[in-house]
Amino acid sequence: MPTVRIPTPLRKYTQGQEELQVEGATVSAILGALEAAHPGIRERIFDDKGNVRRFVNIFVGDEDIRFLQNLDTPVGERDEISIVPAIAGG
Amino acid sequence: MAALRRSRAAVVESITELVGNTPLVRLHHIERDCPGVELWAKCEFTNPAGSVKDRAALWIIRDAVARGAIRPGMRLIDSTSGNTGIAYAMVGAALGVPISLVMPANVSAPRKQVTAAYGVELIYSSEMEGSDGAIMLARELVERHPGRFFYPDQYSNPMNPRAHYDSTAPEIWEQTDGRVTHFVTGIGTSGTVVGTSRRLHELSPTIRCLAIQPDDAMHGLEGMKHLPSSLVPQIYDPTVLDGMMWMPTEEGWDMAERLAHEEGLFVGHSSGGNVAGALRIGRELAARGEAGVVVTILCDRGDRYFVPLKWEKTYVW
Repeated sequence: MPTVRIPTPLRKYTQGQEELQVEGATVSAILGALEAAHPGIRERIFDDKGNVRRFVNIFVGDEDIRFLQNLDTPVGERDEISIVPAIAGG
Repeated sequence: MAALRRSRAAVVESITELVGNTPLVRLHHIERDCPGVELWAKCEFTNPAGSVKDRAALWIIRDAVARGAIRPGMRLIDSTSGNTGIAYAMVGAALGVPISLVMPANVSAPRKQVTAAYGVELIYSSEMEGSDGAIMLARELVERHPGRFFYPDQYSNPMNPRAHYDSTAPEIWEQTDGRVTHFVTGIGTSGTVVGTSRRLHELSPTIRCLAIQPDDAMHGLEGMKHLPSSLVPQIYDPTVLDGMMWMPTEEGWDMAERLAHEEGLFVGHSSGGNVAGALRIGRELAARGEAGVVVTILCDRGDRYFVPLKWEKTYVW
């Protein structure tokens, strides 16, 4: 099952878990399943129109999905998905 | 055509003497949204290493050198989300102090490249844990190698707000001929807003000083800190503030775009958030029919945030 890496600001939705195993064959399916298991997380990642917010970066392995097939990017059983936010001050 | 405003250009012995004394620019086009209120922005991107952080870095390193805190063979180490690192790198190079920096792995590529150009040692913390992850790793390294590092800790170092108390605030006061009525800027380490507000209140108790934070832990105003979900900096002193604004990422990003398109100011997202905050104050004053002189900070230039183009992408994580 693919692994999703959760950044600190979203761990309040995952009861503090840093990594989750989530079923799904595309980024979209996996994020959908993530929301079903941890309600509230979707709204932090997507805007009202269902697009990934401009400041949220999602990676499959080391590749930004914007350079792949966005939410349709296929995800393999052993892939790692990272949700990476911007960086706070200092 | 109006003549260029001329003043004698500076002649200095060291690049560090060019820190501070930044220009104040009026935002005439944004100001149309709040008739009767003046909006002014301090161009901190004109500092020699390109950001507001040059002030804190210079004050911190000068103080450490003067106190003999950095002994021969020691390196200065600190955690940073980027701009402080670049500032430390510049000041350290100019003053002969070796620098090690801990940054989250996902700071922008230009930030990594600029700091590296000054010859510093770069250490990366997890891209999933933001600047708090970098703080934790810096503390760990200092504990693991006693005597190797001087750790100024920009989040607790009184020289950070002191830089703004000594320089930013008096500059704003002089540049507005004491007419400033409101000062507003975002919280990163809180050094800028705390130090500037502390001094401005001494200069005139009626000035309103407000801080800005992102409205959510998951935000895109790089450089700003959401305190409810972060390690609160020791230098943070809410008693010098008259209020707090919560800024959505989109509002800050949209304003950064407007500043480039309408004012010719291509600045970073935190600067966009700052001007968006200033405009909110301007609108409130205008709605009440009041005048005002609102001052905010343009922290850095927008080119610090370029993402690699498709054919340039190489993420080193």
